[in-house]
Amino acid sequence: MKTLEFAVQRLSKAALVVVGVVVLNFLLIHLAPGDPASVLAGEAGAGDAKFIAQLRAQFGLDQPLYVQLWTYLKGVLTGDLGYSYRNQVPVATLILERLPATILLTGCAFIFSLVLGIALGVLAAYRRGSIIDSAVMTGALIFYATPLFWIALMAVLVFSINLDWLPPFDMETIGAGLTGWARALDIAHHLILPTVTLGLFFTAIYTRLTRASILEVMDLDFVKTARAKGVPKARIIRRHVLRNAILPIFTFASMQAGQLVGGAVLTETVFAWPGIGRLMFDALMQRDYPVLLGVFLVTAIVVVIVNLVADLLYRVVDPRIEAAG
Amino acid sequence: MPFFLRFARNYGALLGLAILVLVVMVALLAPLLFPASPWQSVGDPFLAPSEDPSYPLGTDMLGRDIAAGLAYGARVSLLVGVVSTAVAVVIGVTLGALAGFYGGRADDLLMRFTEFFQTIPAFAMAVVLVAIFSPNIVSITLAIAVVSWPPVARLVRAEFLSLRSREFVQAAIVVGQTGPRIMLTQILPNAISPIIVTASLMVATAILTESSLSFLGLGDRNMMSWGFMIGAARTMLREAWWMSVFPGVAILLTVLAINLIGEGLNDAMNPHLRGRKG
Amino acid sequence: MEMPRAPLLSVQNLTIPLPVGLDRRYAVETISYDLHAGEILCVVGESGSGKSMTANAVMGLLPSYLKPSSGRILFRGRDLLTMSEPELERERGRSVAMVFQEPLSALNPLMTVRDQIAEVMEVHGEGDAMTRDQRVLDLLNYVGLPDPQILRDAYPFRLSGGQRQRVMIAMALALEPAMLIADEPTTALDVTTQAQILELIRRIQRAKGMGVMFVTHDFGVVADIADRVVVMERGLVVEQGTADEVLNRPKHPYTRRLIAAVPHREAHAVRAATGKEPLLEVKDLRKIYRSGGGFFSKPRVVNAVNNISFTLRRGETLGIVGESGSGKSTLGRCILKLTDVDGGQVLFRGRDVVPLSAGAFRPMRKHMQMIFQDPFASLNPRQTIGRILTDGPVANGVPYNQAEARARELLDLVGLDASAFDRYPHEFSGGQRQRVGIARALALEPELLVADESVSALDVSVQAQVLELLQDLQRRLDLAIIFITHDLRVAAQICDRIAVMYRGEIVENGPPEQIFDAPRHAYTQRLIAAIPGREWNPRAAVIDLKEKQR
Repeated sequence: MKTLEFAVQRLSKAALVVVGVVVLNFLLIHLAPGDPASVLAGEAGAGDAKFIAQLRAQFGLDQPLYVQLWTYLKGVLTGDLGYSYRNQVPVATLILERLPATILLTGCAFIFSLVLGIALGVLAAYRRGSIIDSAVMTGALIFYATPLFWIALMAVLVFSINLDWLPPFDMETIGAGLTGWARALDIAHHLILPTVTLGLFFTAIYTRLTRASILEVMDLDFVKTARAKGVPKARIIRRHVLRNAILPIFTFASMQAGQLVGGAVLTETVFAWPGIGRLMFDALMQRDYPVLLGVFLVTAIVVVIVNLVADLLYRVVDPRIEAAG
Repeated sequence: MPFFLRFARNYGALLGLAILVLVVMVALLAPLLFPASPWQSVGDPFLAPSEDPSYPLGTDMLGRDIAAGLAYGARVSLLVGVVSTAVAVVIGVTLGALAGFYGGRADDLLMRFTEFFQTIPAFAMAVVLVAIFSPNIVSITLAIAVVSWPPVARLVRAEFLSLRSREFVQAAIVVGQTGPRIMLTQILPNAISPIIVTASLMVATAILTESSLSFLGLGDRNMMSWGFMIGAARTMLREAWWMSVFPGVAILLTVLAINLIGEGLNDAMNPHLRGRKG
Repeated sequence: MEMPRAPLLSVQNLTIPLPVGLDRRYAVETISYDLHAGEILCVVGESGSGKSMTANAVMGLLPSYLKPSSGRILFRGRDLLTMSEPELERERGRSVAMVFQEPLSALNPLMTVRDQIAEVMEVHGEGDAMTRDQRVLDLLNYVGLPDPQILRDAYPFRLSGGQRQRVMIAMALALEPAMLIADEPTTALDVTTQAQILELIRRIQRAKGMGVMFVTHDFGVVADIADRVVVMERGLVVEQGTADEVLNRPKHPYTRRLIAAVPHREAHAVRAATGKEPLLEVKDLRKIYRSGGGFFSKPRVVNAVNNISFTLRRGETLGIVGESGSGKSTLGRCILKLTDVDGGQVLFRGRDVVPLSAGAFRPMRKHMQMIFQDPFASLNPRQTIGRILTDGPVANGVPYNQAEARARELLDLVGLDASAFDRYPHEFSGGQRQRVGIARALALEPELLVADESVSALDVSVQAQVLELLQDLQRRLDLAIIFITHDLRVAAQICDRIAVMYRGEIVENGPPEQIFDAPRHAYTQRLIAAIPGREWNPRAAVIDLKEKQR
């Protein structure tokens, strides 16, 4: 009952956020200097005013802004995200084509960074002050300071060019005609470098957070109670500290979901990964605004859903939330 | 000066400070160290490091000096990092302070607004802003500022919210001080250390963002930057590793140094017994 | 049968050094005392006396920077300080158990009551899942918790403070330890709850024949439960003996000073405040807190202040007494307009301040000042004392020079050195800070002072001094004071009239004699009965000392 009410409340709030994001982006993009019609016309080699006006009418750009916004929002409600200016394909089709690749990449990177980050953080906290602790934290500090695209290039340099272990580009071997398991394996092989590259920065963040969080929880009174009960240290960490310490990490990680998409723009560019990050970047360069807006809409929805799921999970795991919420 | 002593006891922070001072010196002295423009071809193309002693870090495919590029690139990185952070801090502190102090409707509205910005991936947003407003140093700086203020606003709001109910603030209300005065003289001074720590870490993030933008070709065309150098070296990875390795190391060291300083500040400003036991 | 019994616990010449750079070298220095089976030993002292230190040392729970440098802690003849960690783990929970001050933070928020109690048995390999479950039920029953069947699956945040402490006690009793260490176990609780928990601890101790080490700062509690008493001051044991010896015939000057400072009802003359015009009239004041609420549920409504009326004259002290959640602090905040009011009037000098806007009320603020609870949180740590004292007058249009001169006078008035003007709050002790807080309130020459738990955070000897200062200032400046407190003993000592608040309402209102000797309302009666150390008269114990002072 309570949880249902909470879900309804959160959903309506989430919907509001998504609409807000769409309107914000729409206004931003349409108020910005640079007219997509003239860009397109220029590329077509026909810069004359008549052709440009014709293009503007075709895209609805001659309408007042609020009419354009209204038309767009109405379309979004029915799942119609408009047509790409460039190749006259429905935006929704373009995005759906590319979305799985990005979800695969960001999902793998998310799990990779969360699992590795928490594991390393726990290790460092448990062995606080030891060489292992210093090594882990130094590593985290370095990867926290390294630009993602540079890690990507260095990884390619070492693992693809010098060692020739892993493929440097694309999502699968082009023209190999693989199917079934062979194809899955091939994709997994291609996935390793981008996942690790995208994930390392976040791994560093989660490692640091986990360690700090555990050390903080270890100072709390109930840990002292557990010791007074005669509970051994390893069990205290396992049964008392971990759950209390990791809850906030999950919240933080879910809030970072959007940042992973930002990182995907870079990763997909370097590794020629056919996802929506690259789609967005290409659309931006070509002033293909419907595609750009579509990508932002989809990203916002994904981020909002991730946050929602995280919130709901949190309510299941933490008994206190229901009373406070 | 217990603060400086506490800071100086942290070797990491001192190391960071040393590196940062070095980077700042190089940035300031770039025109003296390398009188020629970093865009100018000065030597043979593709000189490997130490192949020619005049170009210890080698040259790129157009014979431009990598070392000169690094020195001039430091200017862009530091400039964008510091200015964008300053702008973001001003926005974030203002909105966060208002939301946290006045609460209620104002708080709801401002926090919803902040949430919008947090739902859009920061880096993607920066890319769009820079691309739409044509890439130059001003648009890059502002774009980074626009995407980085929300965490500051949240932090400052939380600080103001908790400090507002503290007894010394209640006392200030009781003796008849006005709202703005209380915010400026009672609350802000007590919220300043977390703001400074966050700001220092934001400078580091801003440098990373700037380099990522230039890497994607969204840098200022008139200014040499580290990200641009790596972007240009991308296709030369096989032929000239040094073109991408050295600028990357420069970014890494600078960002690392600033993070170390930020952590040192954090430790020095928040000794464990801060607050009631202090 | 008393004679040759070996003590259960024997602390012998224990010394624990403090890290260098603190105000003294040792947390505790060559302290010795014994605890026998079947007795309650109270370790009593003010904050910083080191009274909790031994309790933690016995359990091996000292923070890593504190290591005993010499001495022994013999438990049943074996030195706990030389035991290995696994050996200690076997003893903890099985032979020695501990109950802490804050029952909420001492329980794991993410584990049910059942799991936390059962864990003691589990880690000591006692019973199987079935028998442990039954034992949890029995224990919850035994410590007097309602509906153990349901309650055992609750999480700690669902329980009240008293219930949580009962859970802690149940956990401590799980393996029937020979010794229980209780570190200020009732300090965080309301007085009526405190009485119940003390009763419970005493009952269990009798029934099981346990030895209990009870650490407290409150002599009233000592008088209620102690068999023997150890008094500590700054890391030293200054006096020990039977409860009767220490409480009624204290020898050491420090003990005598402490006992003299215990708040107690004074037979003071009722002052002639009745004839004057009322300074403050509160009529039907209401404040409602709403929380939660959404699409499906109604918001929770709490009547924090419900139709409260009273009048206050110059020179008069009205005590507002109640337990946590009674609405007593909200009442104070309503009067000073630190929070919105939902109805009623607050007439100050005949003018209703409730409808005034913040801006319109601001010029009136200087007449109504407040002294806060927490001497650490109530002073801005970034401002000098001078700045803190002059800010108010300057905001009210007094030229700075004048405000500064006045601030220096005030420092003298509240008994602080003139050099305090340029120093920061962290350089002062709690009592000194509270004096600064009083000076700040007086800087505006108010007619009404609201003191919200203003001495509750202070040690008893400091408390006595601050109370004395307040009384003295009131006489000199003819102030009206609203004294909000949870401590009936303090209220009895300084108030002309006492209003007892319960769930947002004043249930009884009258002079201290009436409230104490002939309480009419059932709640007042409960409250009076729960006062710790009611049977003991601290004034009689140190009568010669009091006489010397006069």
